[in-house]
This record gives sequence, structure tokens and C-alpha cells, in this order.
Amino acid sequence: MKISKKDVDYVAALARLEFEQKEEEKLTEQLASILGYVDKIKEVDTSKIEPTSHGFSGENVWREDTVVKSSEQTIESIFKNAPAKDGMFFKVEKVMDIED
Amino acid sequence: MNEIIKMTATELAEKIKTKQLKSAEVVQAFIQRAKETDSKIKAYMEITEEYAMAQAKASDEKIASGKETGALEGVPIAIKDNILIKDLRMTASSKILENYIAPYDATVIEKLKNSGAVFVGKTNLDEFAMGSSTENSAFFTTKNPWDTDRIPGGSSGGSASAVGAMTAPLALGTDTGGSIRQPASCCGIVGVKPTYGRVSRFGAVAFASSLDQIGPMSKTVEDSALLLNVIAGYDKKDSTSINKDVGDYVKNINKDLKGLKIGLPKEYFIDGLDADVKKSIDQAIKIYKNLGCEIVEISLPHTDYAIAVYYIICCSEASANLARYDGVRYGFRAQCDNLLDEYKKSRGQGFGPEVKRRIMLGTYALSAGYYDAYYGKAQKVRTLIKQDFEKAYEKVDIIMTPSAPTPAFKIGEKSADPLQMYLSDIFTISCNLAGVAGMSLPCGFSKDGIPVGMQLLSKHFDEETMFNVAYKYQQATDFHKQFPRI
Repeated sequence: MKISKKDVDYVAALARLEFEQKEEEKLTEQLASILGYVDKIKEVDTSKIEPTSHGFSGENVWREDTVVKSSEQTIESIFKNAPAKDGMFFKVEKVMDIED
Repeated sequence: MNEIIKMTATELAEKIKTKQLKSAEVVQAFIQRAKETDSKIKAYMEITEEYAMAQAKASDEKIASGKETGALEGVPIAIKDNILIKDLRMTASSKILENYIAPYDATVIEKLKNSGAVFVGKTNLDEFAMGSSTENSAFFTTKNPWDTDRIPGGSSGGSASAVGAMTAPLALGTDTGGSIRQPASCCGIVGVKPTYGRVSRFGAVAFASSLDQIGPMSKTVEDSALLLNVIAGYDKKDSTSINKDVGDYVKNINKDLKGLKIGLPKEYFIDGLDADVKKSIDQAIKIYKNLGCEIVEISLPHTDYAIAVYYIICCSEASANLARYDGVRYGFRAQCDNLLDEYKKSRGQGFGPEVKRRIMLGTYALSAGYYDAYYGKAQKVRTLIKQDFEKAYEKVDIIMTPSAPTPAFKIGEKSADPLQMYLSDIFTISCNLAGVAGMSLPCGFSKDGIPVGMQLLSKHFDEETMFNVAYKYQQATDFHKQFPRI
């Protein structure tokens, strides 16, 4: 299995991961080795086989989407974990670059 | 050595309830033991002494005042650090969650609190439960209590080592591909992965949602049955938990095994199997024959594809589950001047190498052009693996295998090659793919004195038979009564 630097860059961008150059070189090698191994599933004939997505039942479970009110204390403890906040908002860097 | 730490959870619960021992005294004994040994073993992320002593005091007051008590009233338990206990730190052994304080209880924790259990500490794991040795913990590697140069197994290596070293009589682990059973085998204890859907996953850090289960770890089979009684059951907060009655796993544990059929899958008894492991399993087979069981050779023909299927599925699911760690609402955030870079740097610096490797593999397997060849294909082969088990259970009541191909290996022996590490899970992975229940229990020692484990695999929701079969074995042997010298 051959994996190029371009493949790794593309997947890293999808996964929102940044790598240092050395780390990326090692990873490229390891991914190629793991993909080479897992490729063995291709030899199994699955032409008449349905996929399994769960360990036990595959049925969907429906429920009403109802709002449950959280206590002040819970809200407070959630915001305590925020890297940056402004009152009841999480603060992040700007989402879009606006060129003027 | 304080006699209290040699007692089983069942004995401790009885003695506390009947006022022969105080919970405070019991908890203190285990915490004292942890303080003495954990600098060598490093099972714990945190020993929660203050929290535990307050709980123990409350249990003792409850008993003194004659109030109704729970099944584990006053009994200590260690919790794997990927399960939330409200107001305590929960790291999942990752830098990205290093300072995360849980705002709520996992359902299993709520149930344990109602049963009176006392939380003595949070245990180390491979980061996000990805690994087989705890060497992937972002903080430190846990040691095997039988030989501190060896791995305790993983990912629930901290919990296994804590019970093995007698710093807690019970622990919770999580098992996605063997993460309870393989470390239980390495540390000479019992570890149970319940049927998928038997125990609520709410409040456990999600890794691969179609495979993850929380389960008990203990020295004896009876203690794990007692603990599963407490944590099992449907939970509306986890839509994949199954609404099916929970039996009493302790009640029928001592049933006669005469005529019971035990299946030995021929694909698991391969040439490369360690000689000490082989010998221990052969002896276990003899014991079961003496107990009146019938031994039947069976075949699980798609076993050879299990690891490949597993790594595609677990990495794909992990890549989706771990997308939530974006540094916005909680967790580590790298400072940047735009949001996209902030995501990439927070995740790039916050996650360790194995976690990133799996996210990359999963993202690749799910990406346009590869989805059908990898994820779609793996799901189909998963069906074949599941059918292998269904067919086998038409012939036998339970399946028996070694838990791992070798006893615990040396620290550093496999950490350089991720694929070699993955292959050490070969015997435990199919169970999660098929969703059936599994258990590892001690069945011998290698010539170096390292524990060997055997695995029992039951039908979906037939934990009762599994506990019965395992209990009878422990009644006939004393491997579970051996203690490591540390």
C-alpha cells in the first residue's frame, strides 16, 4: 500500500490535525503498513452480505426532542471547563477572514 | 499485610453490613496500601482519599442508624479515568482533557453511588482507551504488579493493576476490543465485558460507539457478578442500551455444569501460541472435563480477518467521536489568531501519537473514494464474524479461548510498532465485533511467575451462564487466591 505525503496532508486537513514534519514522515510510513495489513479484508467475498453497524440490535430508537432544564450549578460547572468565555458564551477566534 | 485488603468485595460488603467492619476502616486500609505501593505500580491518576473518606463516613452513619443499605455499601472501587464522576477531574489520560472537571455523573457512577460504593481513585489508561499496555497514556505507564518491568495490559491497565496489587477490591474498566479482558489476564484478575447494550455508556468517554462497553474487574468471579448486578440495565440516556431484564448474576452462579458444552475454536489454537499459555489452557480443559462438561471443537472461520475489520471500524468511529475535541467548549486550546488554525493546533498538540494515528486511519477509511473499500467492506465482514458466533452457539453453550497469545510482555517491547501492538488483541477483538459477552479469568502462571488468563465467551445476554462456568472453575482452583509480592 502506497501513501503519499499529499494523501496524508489531505486526510490531516479533513481531520483538523496539524503535524510536525518528522511526525508526518513517520506517520506516512505507519499508515502504509497498517493499510497494507487491513487490505486483507478485500479477499473476502461479501457480495451477498448485509453490513453490520452495531453489536446487538441495529434498530433506531426514537424519542421526542424535549428540553430539560439544567441547574445553575451544572451550567456553572460546564463553563468552568471553557478555555475562554464571556458570561454565558464560549469565546473563539474569528471564523472568517474578512478582507477589506 | 493488613488482612482487610485480602478480602473479596463480597466478604467486605457482608462484614460492613453486619457491623463487623466499618467502611472507614476498610477504605483506609486500601488507601494505605495504595499509598505504599503506587509509587512503584502507578495505577492511579489520582487517589481520591478525601472524597472516599466522606463517602465511607456517610455509609457508616447509614448503617449505624439502621437505614436501608445498598449492595456495595461502604465497599471501595477504583474507576477508570475515562468515566465521569461529578466534580472530579477526568483526563482519559490525554493532554487534551488534562484539566477537565466532570460536570455530571456517568450512569454507572450514579448506580454505584446508589449502591453505596466508595470511589478510592481514578485509574490510568492508554489515552482515550487506545492501546494494549498503558504506554499510550499521556502521563505515565502503569506497571504490572507481578513484575514491574512488564506491562499491565491495556487500555484498562490502571484498573487491572489496582485490583491486582490489592489497592482496591473492585474496579470499572471499559472494553472496545479487549481493554478489560487483556489487562485482567496480564494482572491475574477477573475482567468482564458485558453484552453490547447491557450497561449504559452514558458518561464514559466515547471511543468506538458500536463496540464500547463498561464492565467489572475484581479478584473473584463472584465479585464481578455482584458488581454487574449493580451497573447493568437499560438507560434512556443511552439509546443503544437494551431494555431487557437484568438477572441476578450471583444467584445461579453455583449451578452444576454436568452436560454443559464448551466450544474450543480451532482458529484460536495456533502454532504461535505461547507454551505456558497452551499448558494452562490444557489444564483448564481437564478441569472442565472433571466437572462433567463436554468439550467440542468448533470453527470461527473469519477469525483471521477480525483485527483488520476491528481497526477499520474502531478508527472510523473514533475519528467521528473525537471530532468533538476542538478546544472550544472544554479541553486544551492552542492560541492562534483564526479558528481553523486553532482547531488544527489544539488537536495536533493535545492528542498523542496513537490517537492521531487512529483518527487519521479512520478519516482515511471514511473519506470519499475509500468508504466502500474500507468502512463499508469492514461492516460486511463484521456480519460474517457475527454469523460465525451464531452458528457456533447452535452447537455449544459457551466458547473458551486463551485471553492473549502471551503473558504480559516487557514495557517497550512493542511500543515502536503499532501493528505488532494491535496483533496482541487477536483473541479479544471478535467478541466486541459480534457484541457477545466475554470474560477473562486467571488460569495459571508462566514459568517466570506471570499470570495467564483464559477467556469465556457467552451468547448475547447470557452472562449468567458465563459467570456460572467461571465460578465453578474458581471453586476448583486457587489461581485467584495468589497475591503478587510488591
